[in-house]
Amino acid sequence: MKSLKHLADKPWERKGIIGGLRPEGAFDTAPAKVALGFFLIVATIIFSLFTISYFIRMELPDWRPLGEPGQLWLNTGLLALGSVVFQLARNKVGRGENRNVFALFLAGGLCTLAFIVGQIMVWSDLMAGGVYLAPNPAASFFYLLTGVHIAHLLGGLWVWSMTSIRLASGKEPKDVRLSIETCTLYWHFLLVVWLVLFAILSNT
Amino acid sequence: MAYVPLADQELELHHPHSWVTKYVWSQDHKVIAIQYGGTAIAVGLVALVLSLLMRMQLGFPETFDLIDPNSYYQSVTMHGMIMVIYLLTALFLGGFGNYLIPLMCGARDMVFPFMNMLSYWVYLVSVIILMASFFVGGGPTGAGWTLYPPQTSLAGTPGHDMGIVLMLISLAVFIVAFTMGGLNYVVTVLQYRCRGLTMMRLPLSIWGIFVATVLGLFAFPALLVAAIMMLFDTLLGTSFFMPAVIESGTALDYEGGSPILFQHLFWFFGHPEVYIVALPAFGLVSDVLSTHARKNIFGYRMMVWAIIVIGLLSFIVWAHHMYVSGMHPYFGFFFATTTLIIAVPTALKVYNWVLTLWEGDLRMNAPMYFAIGFIFTFIHGGLTGLFLGNVVIDLPLSDTYFVVAHFHMVMGVSPVLVLFAALYHWFPKMSGRMYHEGMAKLHFWCTFLGTYAIYLPMHYLGIHGVPRRYYALGTTEFMVPATQDANTAITIAALFVGASQLLFFINIFWSLRSGKKADPNPWGANTLEWQTPETPPIHGNWGDKLPTVYRWAYDYSVPGAHEDFIPQNTPESEEPTVDAEHFDPDHDTSKADL
Repeated sequence: MKSLKHLADKPWERKGIIGGLRPEGAFDTAPAKVALGFFLIVATIIFSLFTISYFIRMELPDWRPLGEPGQLWLNTGLLALGSVVFQLARNKVGRGENRNVFALFLAGGLCTLAFIVGQIMVWSDLMAGGVYLAPNPAASFFYLLTGVHIAHLLGGLWVWSMTSIRLASGKEPKDVRLSIETCTLYWHFLLVVWLVLFAILSNT
Repeated sequence: MAYVPLADQELELHHPHSWVTKYVWSQDHKVIAIQYGGTAIAVGLVALVLSLLMRMQLGFPETFDLIDPNSYYQSVTMHGMIMVIYLLTALFLGGFGNYLIPLMCGARDMVFPFMNMLSYWVYLVSVIILMASFFVGGGPTGAGWTLYPPQTSLAGTPGHDMGIVLMLISLAVFIVAFTMGGLNYVVTVLQYRCRGLTMMRLPLSIWGIFVATVLGLFAFPALLVAAIMMLFDTLLGTSFFMPAVIESGTALDYEGGSPILFQHLFWFFGHPEVYIVALPAFGLVSDVLSTHARKNIFGYRMMVWAIIVIGLLSFIVWAHHMYVSGMHPYFGFFFATTTLIIAVPTALKVYNWVLTLWEGDLRMNAPMYFAIGFIFTFIHGGLTGLFLGNVVIDLPLSDTYFVVAHFHMVMGVSPVLVLFAALYHWFPKMSGRMYHEGMAKLHFWCTFLGTYAIYLPMHYLGIHGVPRRYYALGTTEFMVPATQDANTAITIAALFVGASQLLFFINIFWSLRSGKKADPNPWGANTLEWQTPETPPIHGNWGDKLPTVYRWAYDYSVPGAHEDFIPQNTPESEEPTVDAEHFDPDHDTSKADL
C-alpha cells in the first residue's frame, strides 16, 4: 500500500521521478494475489447478501426450521482437513522444501472432493426424507447456500487440478508456488465461509 | 520497494502468430477493446430500434401496426437492460477501460491477458443468450428492466416462461464476464503503472474507470444473487421472492416469498450501476475538456476525491428507487438525505469542469462540442434528480414521464455524449486516421438539439401527470389535450435523432478508408497513450522500453514553456522553455488550483 500514501500529493507541484528504479505497484505482492484479494471481497459480498436474504426471509410466517443432518459435522471435518493440508504444503514450499509437497497438495484437493461428495450425500438423504427444494423456504436456502459454496469450491478445484497436472508433469513445487499459495488462501476463505454458513444453518 | 517483475518483460506478452490470434482470439487489450466496443454498439443499435418502435406507437397510436401491447413491454424491457448493461457498462469499461488503462498507465498490456480475452468472449455469449430470447416461444421478457417479481413470472407478463429465464441467465453470464474483466482493470491500475506514475498522477479517465470497476465488482454480486434466486423461483418452484399468488382464479404453488427483498437486492446493484456508467464518463470528459481547453483540470485532487466519495455514497442511496414501494418514514428520510448529499461532490465536479473552461484557450472541435454538451445535459438531468430524491416530490412524479425524462438526461444522453466525445477524441489514436470534422459537428448538433427536443417536453408531460409504461394513453380525462401533440413531436424528434446517428457511422467508416492520416498526437495531449512510438500502437505498446513519468497529466499552457503542453514522459531537464521576454503573464492560464 506504499504508493497509496501519495493520495494526498499535490501532483502539479512535484515534478521528476517519484519512487525507485522500477515500476511500483500499490501492493508489495504478486498481481495474482491482489486479484484474489479482490475476488475474495466479491465472494464475501455474494455470501453476505445470500445470508442477509436468509435472515429477512426467515422472518416471514411460512418459515419452518430444518433439522440439519449430523453428517455435516463429518463434512466440516473433511473441509477443515483439506485446509490444514494445503497450509502444510504451503509452509513447505515457503521453506523451499520439495518433499511431499505434491502429495500434500493432492491430498488437500481430495479432501475437498470428499467434502463435496459428502454434501451431495446430505442432499440425497434430505430428499429421501421428504425434504425437497421448493416447499419449505428453509430447505430452499439450505440447498441454495450449500450449492453456491460447492460452486466456489469447484472453481478452486479447477485451479488445483491445473496445478496438480503441472506438478505431475515434472514441475518443481517452487515453479507453482504462487498457485499453491493462492489455493491455500482460497481454501481457508471457503472454510471460514462454510463455518459461518454451518453455524447459521444449524442455529436457525 | 514494491516492484512489478512482469511489467518490463517481453516474454510475458502473447505475440499473435496468425490472423485468428491477432484479430479473433486476441489477447491484446486494444483488439479486445475494439471487440467489446463493436459488440456493445451493435447491440445498442438493437436497443435504439426498439425505442423508435415504442416512440412510433406513442406518437402515432392506431396509425402504425408495428407493435402490440405485449411487444411494447418487451421493447421497454430490452431497451432498458441493453442500454444500461450491455451497451453503456460494456462500452465504458470493456471498451474504453480496455483500450486506455494499459496505455495511460504505461503498461504493455493488462495484467492477465488470457482472462481479459475470456472476458470478452463470455460477454459475447451473454449478448447471444439475450438476443436468443427474441426467437424463443413467448419472446423476450416484458417485465420492465427492473424485473420485479411477482409479475415477472406470471402469465399476464409477456416472456414469463423462456424470456425471463434467458434474461436471468444472460445477466449471470455477463456478471462472470465483467468480474474477469474487472479484476484485470483494477489490478492493472494498482500494480502495472509505469515508473514514476503514482496514483495521483493518473489521468482522471483512469480514476473514473478504476472506481467504476470497483463499484461494479462490489455491486454486481447483488444482481447475481437476485438473478440466481429468481431463477430458482421460476424454474424450480421455490418461493424466495414469490408470494402466495392467485392467477386467473387458480392458486399457484408459491407461498410467502418477499418481492420487496428482490427490490432491495436489485437496487443495491441498480444504484451503483448509475455510477458505474457515470464515473467513467466523468473521467473521460475531464480529460477531453482539459486537453481541448489547453488548461489543467481545475481542482485535480478534488476531482479524484469526488469520484471516490460518489462511489462510496452510491452504496447507501439505493432505496430512493423504492419510495413508492413503501418504507418506514425514517428510512425515507435517511435515503433522501444520502441522495441529496451525493449532489455535493457531483456539483463540485460540474463547477470544476466549468472552471477548467474559464479563460481557457478553447479549441472548439467535435470532442469539445460533445464534452460541453454533456455539461448542459448533466446539469439538467442532475437537477431533476434533486427533485426526485425527495420522498414527497417523488411519490406523485414516480410513475410519470418526469422520471423517464430525468434518467434519460442524466444516464442516457449525458454518458452517450461523453462516449461520442471520447470516440472522436481517441479515434485518431485507435485508427491512425482523422475523422471528418464537419460531419462530426453536424452529428453533435443533431444529437444535442434533438435529444433536448425529445426530453424537455417529457418533463412537462410528467408534471401534468402523464403516466409512463402505458402502451396507449387513449382519451384519459385528466391529461391536457396537448399531450398527444407533444408525444407526436417527441416521436418526430426521436426519429430524427435516431437517423442522425448514421452521420457517426458514415464518418467512422469513411474516415477509416479515406480520412487524413493522423499525427501521433494531433491534439497536443499530455497523457501517455499519445506518446506511443507507433500510431495506432502496436502489440506491446511501447517498443523496447516502457515510458517513465515525470509529471501529472495536466501540464497545459505552463508559463515559460515552448509549447502549450508538456507530455507526462518529458523530464524536467528536457522541458522546452522560451526566453522570459517572450512570456506573457497575461495569457498564463495554467494556475493550478486547490
